[in-house]
Amino acid sequence: MPNSQFLSDLAATVDAQGLLTSAEQLRVYECDGLAAYRQLPLAVVLPTTEQQVIAVLRCCHRHQVAVVARGSGTGLSGGALPVEGGIVLSLTRMNAILNINPLGRSARVQPGVRNAAISEAAASHGLYYAPDPSSQIACSIGGNVAENAGGVHCLKYGLTVNNLLAVRAITSEGELLIAGGEAPDQPGLDLLMALTGSEGLLAVITEITVRLLPKPQVAQVILAAFPTVGAAGTAVANLIGQGIIPAGLELMDQATTRAVESFVQAGYPTDAAAILLCEADGTAEEVRADIEAMSQVLREAGATALRVSCSEAERLTFWAGRKAAFPAAAKLAPDYYCMDGTIPRHRLAEVLDGIAGLAAEHGLACINVFHAGDGNLHPLILFDANEGDQLHRAEALGARILELCVAVGGAITGEHGVGLEKINQMCVQFGEAELRQFQALKAAFDPALLLNPGKAIPSLHRCAEYGRMHVHQGQLPFSNLPRF
Amino acid sequence: MLKTLQQQIADATASARPLQIRGGGSKAAWLRPLAGEPLASLDIGGWRGIVDYAPTELVITVKAGTPLAELYAVLAAERQMLACESPCLNAQATVGGTLATAWAGPRRPYAGGVRDQVLGISMINGNGELLRFGGRVMKNVAGFDVSRLMVGSHGSLGLIVEASLKVWPCPAAELTLQFEMHEADAILQLNRWAGLPLPLSASHWRSGVLHIRLSGAEAAIQAARRQLGGEVCQDGARLWQTLSEEIGPPASHLNANQDLWRLSLPPHTPPWPELPCMQVEWGGGLRWLGLRPDQSHRLITLASAANGHARLWQATDSGPRPGQPPSAASLALHRRIKSAFDPAGIFNPGILFEGV
Repeated sequence: MPNSQFLSDLAATVDAQGLLTSAEQLRVYECDGLAAYRQLPLAVVLPTTEQQVIAVLRCCHRHQVAVVARGSGTGLSGGALPVEGGIVLSLTRMNAILNINPLGRSARVQPGVRNAAISEAAASHGLYYAPDPSSQIACSIGGNVAENAGGVHCLKYGLTVNNLLAVRAITSEGELLIAGGEAPDQPGLDLLMALTGSEGLLAVITEITVRLLPKPQVAQVILAAFPTVGAAGTAVANLIGQGIIPAGLELMDQATTRAVESFVQAGYPTDAAAILLCEADGTAEEVRADIEAMSQVLREAGATALRVSCSEAERLTFWAGRKAAFPAAAKLAPDYYCMDGTIPRHRLAEVLDGIAGLAAEHGLACINVFHAGDGNLHPLILFDANEGDQLHRAEALGARILELCVAVGGAITGEHGVGLEKINQMCVQFGEAELRQFQALKAAFDPALLLNPGKAIPSLHRCAEYGRMHVHQGQLPFSNLPRF
Repeated sequence: MLKTLQQQIADATASARPLQIRGGGSKAAWLRPLAGEPLASLDIGGWRGIVDYAPTELVITVKAGTPLAELYAVLAAERQMLACESPCLNAQATVGGTLATAWAGPRRPYAGGVRDQVLGISMINGNGELLRFGGRVMKNVAGFDVSRLMVGSHGSLGLIVEASLKVWPCPAAELTLQFEMHEADAILQLNRWAGLPLPLSASHWRSGVLHIRLSGAEAAIQAARRQLGGEVCQDGARLWQTLSEEIGPPASHLNANQDLWRLSLPPHTPPWPELPCMQVEWGGGLRWLGLRPDQSHRLITLASAANGHARLWQATDSGPRPGQPPSAASLALHRRIKSAFDPAGIFNPGILFEGV
């Protein structure tokens, strides 16, 4: 049978521990953080060197077998879901930090290195890697590049794409590409921009050079309570209008505040319609000036209570509530759907009203957490899959919420990626001509269409229905990771 | 007007007659000559104006032919700026040309390049289709990042017609410090300072004098000044205004038989004693050299070894100079990407590489 020839060729590309083919071994790789979708791969291959990655890709190209690259598998959109008859190319064994350059402020690492490990390795030089997705203790930098991962500090420090210097990547034909560099300009097209956020469709990344920043000396956070969501939204606009860029700026509605307060007792005011967490970081002088200016703006916008963290312990307590929003939601109902839309900030009050209206229409509750700094909204739809048609109604509500985000000028995904989960919603975000252009770009990198087929970019005939992140009984995969 | 441009492009593709994209023409002298010049002009310079500006969203949407100077004036009225500080070039530089060439100014290493300010673009591809990528929100990971791929593509993939850009508050205060330093000390010091939590926002070294700019809260700037020493430069704002519009050292600094080279290098690269720089910018990442033509092979060797790139900026004669060609795999990929956007190869042919 043709598979046996392929598998024996594949076995020759890696060491004995580098190939998994038994059903129980493959089971571990049948899904990523989006556990609602599962598929067993034909095999899992775990190379340890770039040369082995090249050999694996050439072998798959020769046999025309699909390849799904995978890091830690913490993604929430099914980007690392295996495809039927294809292999999973796991990069977790390529986990060496190759070089930290304190003078040049860069780190050169293999794709399987955990996000948090980079900052840990750079700490002794007073440097760190800024993007901090919530799963940073587990997620790998290769996956961060593939998804263009965000984090709480995006507004001030940017996404993954803004903190990358260079990558080495292998095309599906086994050719090495070097994109970007430590020098500020490179001749030719900026292929680093094409590769970042390409969800494993264009090439397999084998090495990454990231920019390191000097660690801020101090951070302080303000906890502000507001009588209406509108007032909190005005406060956000006024902060930015005054030229203040907080290091972190997070908004929670009352339902979320009450849920997390009963869950972690962070000292949140549960009578407020909305609360804002507003963080400043930098030198002691900068933080003092920022906190003073921020406090004044928040008060003038109608904040009814204002608390400034007086110690690092108190700062972490204020953040603990925000970081517990997802597990707290799981206490409110047996199931929840997490959405990931972005909106222009000034439409916030209107969008939250719209979501409340849609939720009532569908007979379900929905609580909201919001990266207010960068307009990234995470509505959590609460339901019980065992009750009548609630699952169906939750799916319909989620669809309407994302349509609302697009309608106000936003996007269907801010940081979780399209993967398989939102592939149909791509048809709401983009027209046919754009989708055809995406397909042409994909084919330029991967003419045989072997890398992560069926993800991120829908075929035109697929534009029909929506998929969701479905969480049953609070059992999010990697439930020990904070999600925010 | 867009319909006319779409039609012109579709016609050019149908007849395989290449076009030269033109905005304000401010950078034409520095670009690679196109294959088959002279070509018919595809003019976007008349497509100008602010489409939408919401200061509290930190986003402005602007037509590609808008002069950068006009954009800056609109932003300045709200005490905001384009963080990459791209040059206005006698008010001729346009938004589209700035994106297409990725030309940035003094704030580049500290606040990001042109690509870091781009949130979304509208463009016309070789089929004459008007396409929108990205958006007007800070975070958007839906689809390939075509908006940022267009930055620096020199018009090789299509015509940029509109862009949504991230804008940033102007700093509350700025201060310029001046130091007397040799090239090697300046490069080392700039890299050391960049690794410390200091409010650095620009650097410039020439003829033994290093200027740096500090930006941020007044208290933070004063604390940094005490830490760094140096002499306070009284007319800092005008100094950076001048420096950001100067592309390379003034011609008077160049000897008669010297070519001018622009070097993009990892910022910490130590200087080469045999080939001293005339000017160092961007914390050491951008350097300018005046060299005799016979020294150019040595320069290319050194730049390649340092993982940098040297570009001949201004030549004394039309004789051949060595280059740093892309790898065969990279060139082949460039041609395939070009073809994915521009199947008939009508946009600025040969502006990046042969056939791209």
